[in-house]
Amino acid sequence: MTKHLILLALLASPAAAETFAIAPGPDAEAALQEALILAQPGDEVVLAPGRYDIVNQLSLANEDVTLRGAGMDASVLSFKGQTGGAEGLIVTANGAILKDFAVEDAKGDAIKAKGVDGIAMIRLRAEWTNGPDAANGAYGFYPVESRNVLLDGVVAIGASDAGIYVGQSQRIVVRNSRAEYNVAGLEIENCYYADVFDNLVTNNTGGLLVFDLPDLPQQKGHDIRVFHNRSLANNTPNFAPQGNIVGLVPAGTGMLIMANTDVEVFDNDFADNKTVNLIFGSYVKDFTDESYYPHPRRIHIHDNRFTGGGTDPDPGEFGSALRKALGVPVPDVVWDGVMPLSQWFTTGLAAGEGHLVANNSHATNPPYANADFVGFFGLPFLHSVKTDPAELSEPLAPLPPVQVVIRGRDVSHPGAWAEFAK
Amino acid sequence: MRLAAALLVLATPALAEVQPDAIAAPRPVRHLSDYGFFDDLAAGTPAPGVVPYVISAPLFTDYADKDRFLYTPAPVDPGTGGLLDLPVGSALIKTFRYDDHRVETRVLLHQASGWKAWPYVWNADGTDAELRLAGADMTIDTGHGPAAYHVPNANQCKACHIGADKQITPIGPKLRNLNTGDQLDRLAAAHVLTSVPADAPAVPDYTDTAVPLDVRARAWLDANCGHCHAPGHPADTSGLYLTWDEADPLRLGVMKRPVAAGRGSGNLEYDIVPGDPDASILLYRLTSTDPGVMMPELGRSMVPEEGAALIRDWIASLKE
Repeated sequence: MTKHLILLALLASPAAAETFAIAPGPDAEAALQEALILAQPGDEVVLAPGRYDIVNQLSLANEDVTLRGAGMDASVLSFKGQTGGAEGLIVTANGAILKDFAVEDAKGDAIKAKGVDGIAMIRLRAEWTNGPDAANGAYGFYPVESRNVLLDGVVAIGASDAGIYVGQSQRIVVRNSRAEYNVAGLEIENCYYADVFDNLVTNNTGGLLVFDLPDLPQQKGHDIRVFHNRSLANNTPNFAPQGNIVGLVPAGTGMLIMANTDVEVFDNDFADNKTVNLIFGSYVKDFTDESYYPHPRRIHIHDNRFTGGGTDPDPGEFGSALRKALGVPVPDVVWDGVMPLSQWFTTGLAAGEGHLVANNSHATNPPYANADFVGFFGLPFLHSVKTDPAELSEPLAPLPPVQVVIRGRDVSHPGAWAEFAK
Repeated sequence: MRLAAALLVLATPALAEVQPDAIAAPRPVRHLSDYGFFDDLAAGTPAPGVVPYVISAPLFTDYADKDRFLYTPAPVDPGTGGLLDLPVGSALIKTFRYDDHRVETRVLLHQASGWKAWPYVWNADGTDAELRLAGADMTIDTGHGPAAYHVPNANQCKACHIGADKQITPIGPKLRNLNTGDQLDRLAAAHVLTSVPADAPAVPDYTDTAVPLDVRARAWLDANCGHCHAPGHPADTSGLYLTWDEADPLRLGVMKRPVAAGRGSGNLEYDIVPGDPDASILLYRLTSTDPGVMMPELGRSMVPEEGAALIRDWIASLKE
């Protein structure tokens, strides 16, 4: 009956913004999904406080719709009994604003946004409530192939791949967020122009990841700024299902930068990541994609603070190699030293593709090592570790801030943001 | 005024004539009967101008039988193999049933602003079907065991029926899917097609064991996976493309690593390992019924046993 009333009301209504009020109860899932289908640009779908047991994937496909709850601990969409659909909530329309609710125990990814221009995820929680488990969904927050992406104040817990994952997207801000007990805490993969700041990543297998992978529609990730974050004690054993690239991340990794270009990492705190606080290097698995470039270029690491860590590298292949090549404690900043053999045998990194490591502070560990994994794994008699960061002295300038525009508003600007986030 | 018009449509009894206003209505009409697609809904007899058709390589949907009908206000140029260019005012009607038990009817309506997709669920008496925007869940004895049958909601329709331009699009009525038996001649005689092209391409019937194994497998993958796993389509984030015309073995999944599969990887390393179906993620996912693992993500709760056997044989036949 309610359903028909909603339908009739809409048939008769003018263009004024509508509010769809959803309350917990046996018909809540149908009412919520129907509201998400009927909502028009400017409309709001509002979740009353309470727990919602959802069995089918929810989806939002109309532009400029807001879905909001009463708080990430007050309005909870629980997918514990999910029987259909590969994620909790999927958004495929531009300009969506999601705020103040939680998605728990999705069978696949918790919240995915695919191919949209403008997506805001504000004060949301994505959690697998049983803690780290290979049977948990892959991603907590998963904007992919999107533009103008904002994540602010989200919390991700228990993802079997990445808690916060932005893939193949452009113009991204991730801030004020927390990722805990995921395999990867916060990952930016195959992306262009991202600002990642004021986040806390702790108790993950790996804290901060900036990756580029082959065989994907968008490659050659670049222009990523990671600043004023805390990456603390990411020492949870890797629980990713086999076959996933993230499975190669050693437990105890504070930050891993792989095969990306123009990454600036500054003013962060790294502490107590047992394998290594920060490592950057090349994609090491086999690939055939000719348009892919497996080596990092112009990685700029400066003015970070390092404490502890590197004391007990993960016993897997990577951690063991670090232990053997560098000893413990593993230095705070490690470059794998991998480059094309033509460069390795001759002059080293090509001009204009070098890195800069400078002005970091180190409480306990040696500051830097070039592990020279080309020599270590391939030509042991030529293996030579270098420990003076001055070898990486490419003159790199700071990268410009990223601008994110959602529904015509520059949400990367603090003034516009205050209004937007209310 | 709009309300009055809408109520008029809602109140109109079933008609034996297609209702262009219902096809064009910005909000979906409440009942399938409101469209006038059928002379006799209970018997499934189409109204004049509503033409039944079949496609050569259909999608698996929990062993449901599907009755397909097409309505076009004007005959269509058949083109050269791709999707029919159905004009505004056209409708595609697909009823899912198990023997005489009709479950749901999905309609695709071509409006001036683009295609719309709406699901209708049949009543217990089988006399009419009602709009169910949020979809529905039910248990059905399929004859192959019980299915936890899910009627997709209106958004989930778009999950598959979406073009590279992000607009809703039909999938099935491509000339190459319609070119089976004498169907093209029949569609021309029924004024759906303006003519029958001399050399129309044809997708083979993947159940026809006289067709080579790799051709059958590719036809099955195209029908069951290719609407998502194609450039510009929802699953392109994976870089795995399973369309009929994909020529790159890596893109098809051969020794390709998963990207965002999560536990969908089943602890396996590659999508397809030639000669080793049990080491291939592709087979693992299409034989799973776990919503976080299975492929396709929507449209089935059962394992497509025959299709899985075909893909198993095909992967086993591939040389390293």
